[in-house]
Amino acid sequence: MSNRRAIVAEGLRKAFGRVQALDGVDLAVEPGIVYGLLGPNGAGKTTAVRILTTLLQPDAGRAEVAGFDVVRQADDLRASIGLAGQNAAIDEVLTGRENLMLVGRLYHLDAAEARRRADDLLRRFELTDAADRSAKTYSGGMRRRLDLAASLVGRPRILFLDEPTTGLDPRSRLALWEVIRGLVREGTTLLLTTQYLDEADNLCDRIAVIDLGRVIAEGTPDDLKAKVGGEFIELHVADRGRTAQAAAVLEGFGRDGRQVDEEAGTVVVPLGNESATVLIEAIRRLDEAGIELADVALRRPTLDDVFMALTGHHAEDEERAAREEAQSTGRGRRRRRP
Amino acid sequence: MSATAAVGDALVITRRNLVRYLRVPTLLMFSTIQPVMLLLLFTYVFGGAIKLPPGLEYIDFVMPGIFVQTAVFGSVQTGIGLAEDLSKGLIDRFRSLPMARSAVLAGRTTSDTVRNLFVVSLMIGVGFLLGFRFHAGLGPALGAIGLVLLFGHAFQWISALIGLAVQDVEATQAAGFVWIFPLVFASSAFVPIETMPDWMRWFAERNPVSVTVDALRALTLGGPTTTHLWQAFAWMAAILGVFVPLAIRRYRRL
Repeated sequence: MSNRRAIVAEGLRKAFGRVQALDGVDLAVEPGIVYGLLGPNGAGKTTAVRILTTLLQPDAGRAEVAGFDVVRQADDLRASIGLAGQNAAIDEVLTGRENLMLVGRLYHLDAAEARRRADDLLRRFELTDAADRSAKTYSGGMRRRLDLAASLVGRPRILFLDEPTTGLDPRSRLALWEVIRGLVREGTTLLLTTQYLDEADNLCDRIAVIDLGRVIAEGTPDDLKAKVGGEFIELHVADRGRTAQAAAVLEGFGRDGRQVDEEAGTVVVPLGNESATVLIEAIRRLDEAGIELADVALRRPTLDDVFMALTGHHAEDEERAAREEAQSTGRGRRRRRP
Repeated sequence: MSATAAVGDALVITRRNLVRYLRVPTLLMFSTIQPVMLLLLFTYVFGGAIKLPPGLEYIDFVMPGIFVQTAVFGSVQTGIGLAEDLSKGLIDRFRSLPMARSAVLAGRTTSDTVRNLFVVSLMIGVGFLLGFRFHAGLGPALGAIGLVLLFGHAFQWISALIGLAVQDVEATQAAGFVWIFPLVFASSAFVPIETMPDWMRWFAERNPVSVTVDALRALTLGGPTTTHLWQAFAWMAAILGVFVPLAIRRYRRL
């Protein structure tokens, strides 16, 4: 394995009971970039992060983070990383400052240094005013910020963020994106997991798409978008009985891979680069054919579209829901999602 | 990981847990009200009906039982505290830090032992008001307090393993009563075991709670202590020898 890489994984496997949560995952992350693990619930993202941060041991395969083996050199590895998990891992009884100082002391900093780093981080995450209030008075966004601050106390070279923006309102989400971009400017390597394509697209230099415990695509966001295509026209036909007719009128539009759902009365047409003009043309033709529309939208691709393009099925289906269930019980009750 | 660093980490965790007890006084309040109620119940409700050797006051007989009961019931809090930290994701954070693997458990049992010292002191105060006295002098009295705390500490490691295995606050609480009730009540804590049926007496005589209560009675009432103390220490060594490694192993593999 190359020591130059920040994170390397080869053939990682992990089973919870009969569910193969990771089924041979390979990763190679260059230092100084944001690397995204993109996938639906139960894909195996959290399991991968837990193995890379030494919380869980793999059944097979090997991995190195910051040049340290996740099993044999776990202590050295932990000194080089920071982790913010899905739940904000903060002590609600302690104040914000006490939470950060607690983590600092556990990195074996002396009290003065732990205090200095806590104050710096509180300032940076705009928590100074709330620093001496108990964390149970914090809003969801503040908790996430405090949690992220705690993961930075040890000045990690490599930072792991497991679904950092899940459950945040859009404003807090954008604010957190800004913080994350700032960290990367300072040279931290960042691995984050997300279920949102736009988040991965906005933040990540490279993305691995994970499904059923395997990496099914890897590359830059542009590589991925080239596979998925650009935007989509999504039409809702007023009279569902005319869905097929609408689809026929739009023959030759956009790219291959249109989805027609006669029960819902929807037609989804993937577009190339031509979007806006094509939308006008599509509406004109449907109007000529006398097909009334209940709704028409131009939308950006979602995780579901990525899955449709890569695997031909939806991101969330029964098989995957069953896997998620099995994995959350396999990891213990505490990992149940809200 | 050096031993000094491990002790340092455990102390950081101990301090954090104690700060929590100070900030959430209801936790302490409930862990003191229950033993006080039991003490009143046994002294005034059951005490009069229990036949004791002549010259022995029931309050002097029951106080060692109340001490041990307090320490053992209190040990359930250890598992509950760990289950709560697990459910909040704090244990994941601790496990991702370059700290000693023993520190979270050692810190938890240490802070719970400090809390026990507070509760036991309070029980001694209440006992004094009801007529309890240390009859064997200061040295044995301090020895008795030390023995209660050590015994509670041993049980906290059993509770720690349960909390880490069950991972749920309510379930840990419920599980606590399943293993603790028979130990505390089928013992010499509140009644002389001579009145029990043979099969229960067999259990009660070997029960670590009885052995420890008997050692405490020797330390508070006076009388030969050596055999009782050896038996009590043997039990504690056995419990710690089994449950400390099991709990730490469980913590490593969460």
